[in-house]
Amino acid sequence: MNTKDGIGTSLTRKESLDKVSGRVIYGGDNMTPQMLYAAQKTSPHAHAKIIKIDTEKAKGMKGIKAIFTGDDYKDNLGLYLCDKPPVARNVVRHYGEVVAAVVADTYANATAAADAIAVEYEVMKPILSPLEALSDDAYTIHEEMGSYSHIKPIHPEPGTNVANRTKIRKGNPTEAFKSAHVTIETFVEIPPGDHVAMEPRVAIAEIKKTGYVHILSSTQAPFVVKGLMHQFFGIDQGKIIVKAPLIGGGFGGKAGIQLEGLAYLLSQKVGGRPVKLVNTREEDLTGSPGHIGLQAKIKIAADAEGKIMGMDMDYYFNSGAYADYAVNVSRAAAISCTGPYYVPNIRCDSMCVYTNMPFATAYRGFGHIEMSFAVERAMDELANALKMDPLELRIKNGIKPHDTTPVQSVLNESTGDIIKCFEEVGAMLGGDIGATQQLENNTVRVKGVTGLWKAPAMPTNTDAGAILTFNSDGSCNLNTGVVEIGQGTKTGLAQIVSERLGIPVDKVHVVMEVDTSVSPSDWATAASRGLMMAGMATLEACEDAENQIKEIASAVLRVPKRDLKVDGERVFVPDEPKIGLNLSEVVLGYVYPNGNAIYGQVIGSGKYIAKHLTDLDPETGEGHPDLEWTLGAEGVEIEVNLNTGKYKILKAVCCIDVGKVISPALARGQIVGGMAMGMGYTTMEGFTFNDRGQVTNGVLRDYKIMRYGDEPEYQVKFLETPQQDGPYGARGLGEQSVIGMPGAIANALSRAVGKGMNQIPLTPEKVWKTSMEVKR
Amino acid sequence: MIHYSGNVSIQLNVNREIHEVVVMPQDTLLRVMREKIGYTGPKAGCENGDCGACTVLMDGKPVKACLMLAVEAVGKEVLTVEGLEDTEIQKAFISEGGFQCGFCTAGFLMNAFALLETNPDADEAEKKDWLSANLCRCTGYEGIEKALTLAQKRIQEKNNNKR
Repeated sequence: MNTKDGIGTSLTRKESLDKVSGRVIYGGDNMTPQMLYAAQKTSPHAHAKIIKIDTEKAKGMKGIKAIFTGDDYKDNLGLYLCDKPPVARNVVRHYGEVVAAVVADTYANATAAADAIAVEYEVMKPILSPLEALSDDAYTIHEEMGSYSHIKPIHPEPGTNVANRTKIRKGNPTEAFKSAHVTIETFVEIPPGDHVAMEPRVAIAEIKKTGYVHILSSTQAPFVVKGLMHQFFGIDQGKIIVKAPLIGGGFGGKAGIQLEGLAYLLSQKVGGRPVKLVNTREEDLTGSPGHIGLQAKIKIAADAEGKIMGMDMDYYFNSGAYADYAVNVSRAAAISCTGPYYVPNIRCDSMCVYTNMPFATAYRGFGHIEMSFAVERAMDELANALKMDPLELRIKNGIKPHDTTPVQSVLNESTGDIIKCFEEVGAMLGGDIGATQQLENNTVRVKGVTGLWKAPAMPTNTDAGAILTFNSDGSCNLNTGVVEIGQGTKTGLAQIVSERLGIPVDKVHVVMEVDTSVSPSDWATAASRGLMMAGMATLEACEDAENQIKEIASAVLRVPKRDLKVDGERVFVPDEPKIGLNLSEVVLGYVYPNGNAIYGQVIGSGKYIAKHLTDLDPETGEGHPDLEWTLGAEGVEIEVNLNTGKYKILKAVCCIDVGKVISPALARGQIVGGMAMGMGYTTMEGFTFNDRGQVTNGVLRDYKIMRYGDEPEYQVKFLETPQQDGPYGARGLGEQSVIGMPGAIANALSRAVGKGMNQIPLTPEKVWKTSMEVKR
Repeated sequence: MIHYSGNVSIQLNVNREIHEVVVMPQDTLLRVMREKIGYTGPKAGCENGDCGACTVLMDGKPVKACLMLAVEAVGKEVLTVEGLEDTEIQKAFISEGGFQCGFCTAGFLMNAFALLETNPDADEAEKKDWLSANLCRCTGYEGIEKALTLAQKRIQEKNNNKR
């Protein structure tokens, strides 16, 4: 290609200058004189009956247009399982749950009125862990579960607190455990926590007199919102217009449906006027969903050489009060329940369990970060039991093409090379992973490694589309349904167009905002599938456009189409390049010297839909839900002071097989960002609760995430085993690097203190306490 | 001591322009800038002083606009990200990947810009001291650190050339 901007080049993002100049308009930056403002009132209790909501005083306050409580809407909403009233009705099931909303002329007046609403509660005892929720004497958090509608692939168990159970049955695990040389068993725990995207969620809803519903939302999934607004409220699909501007970070927390349903109901209450609903940070942390928690029991059986014979697992995912995405998170974890290792015999039950904690939605890694923590702690326990090098054990068991996954689908040649990933990670860490280096002052230096894998968890008919139109200067406009949430996919797609058609990337304009009424359908910007799927659709659109360009040129130049080539902003005959036309002469139709014109605008279109995917067998989990697998390995080197428990992650490394690197800088950004998120998750994050189930760190001052200066040295390596059905061989990479960090850090710290560190977050205090226990 | 009550008309100097606005004494500088003047570059990430996304400069010093009242800014020069033009730190944020989603960027830029204006020779400890006032969730801080280092180098070179 005659362009310097194609595949493998690091370009700056298309929207860069606007981002460093304060000129990007995010959802919350939209303000119009017609707009009304909403405020939410939240519950201070984790579990309570609502006895009375007194709105009298609030109603009479300045500027108040409407007050909305649970009685205002009789049905439930829910992504996969309809279990959640838009605001609490009769009962509160988690701390921070919204119990009323107010619409007023100004935000200040709305919040003042929300404060003036008096709610009388009868406080009840909360359930604060999945295992507690599954105990015989636990009460049922959703008594009416049997009446909730849900999608077919999930399996709620009415009368219990299990919102979904996914069973994996492969081979004969009982026999494997009987004949094993060594078996180990471990138990891990992760608290629920939050994404902490820097932009709190926002939705602006307006209902026009014509019936058109306009929603502007900080959503990763405008087409999901469109579909659900139809499903919940019976609005005609064509009358729902969802716009997603640039988003201030998503990480899964803005997938599915968030504030859109409530914003719509509030607009309805004020005659369809535009209502702006923005979460405060505190509402965003505990009112809206966060990341899932986990308790897990995991057993591994191996032979004397360290080959894994079987695994037996119970994953108890902590859904919190509502199911949202959690029922699919637990399912996704089941699909890859062994981590990236070949295991012939498996029993796994992955459960999504209700508790009275803030509820969970998708989070970067989608069940894999939690699953991986359990598996990778167990793998290090197994290495200890076998007195084997932890990296060697992983290399011995790493999954390869033609092996079967837990759901018995067969990995193909497009699957990445995890063995090489392990070797690279070992080399980046200087080898000798199992060693503990003693330094002065009771300080040690330790390493930890993990393997990781992930396939997108998504509907079997997940789609994407691309429309390519042209301008009279020969430049083009790319319109896709991918939302720009910071990952840079729009720039990557522009590079694909540039590479394919030979147009400089500066002349490939991308439509930044997604508008469901004009953008082609695209399931959601989630599951690390944007670049791959929209990339394939984009390639098809390029091919379509190229064909049209050749058709026009063929007529004008009197050359067969097959003899023409499009490159360098021209269409021409390669062996006689003078015979040709500039793209600018053809893309809006060709005009002959006498004024006659032919053809019209070149409009390329392309589409993609996942192929051959199936749901899981409810009894064995057998199926083919996994489109493509991204594999990788990660590791850390940590210096730990055993006197104080304080530690510093010196180095974090990742080697990942991404098929093809489209943009090295953007790809590295995703990997490093994911590693940082995983490090925060492991070392300092997670909600803390008192025994009444109240979140005690529900503000950013107390909910710690990594700050500038906490970061280690990052090392990232890419492998490129091509994804044969991906654009230029590329596959997904947005989430993966978060997955291995908890295991790597925990394995290193466990080595340092001489005992398994299995409860996230691994705070210095915990390290110190465990170290003291071991000493005695 | 100046006392304000009810709606008051004040003059705010933001980005070298005088803006006449009517505010309530309890209105924060952040909300007045965003909702009444139209500078939406500073973001409301927490409105609690924890995230730094609303950072602006007041007489050259970084402040969190969500913790300042608009009336406190009377008589001061306020600079937001919209007032930065072609600075080294902006250029370095682009070339070094100092942002992804861009929501925290205005705050980081203002803080880093002020740091390099105040002490172009700041060492790593001082940089951490300043920039740990802001949160970023996308980058893992690698790009921000590189951007700060590059901008600092360019500013130092310029200063050396002047001498």
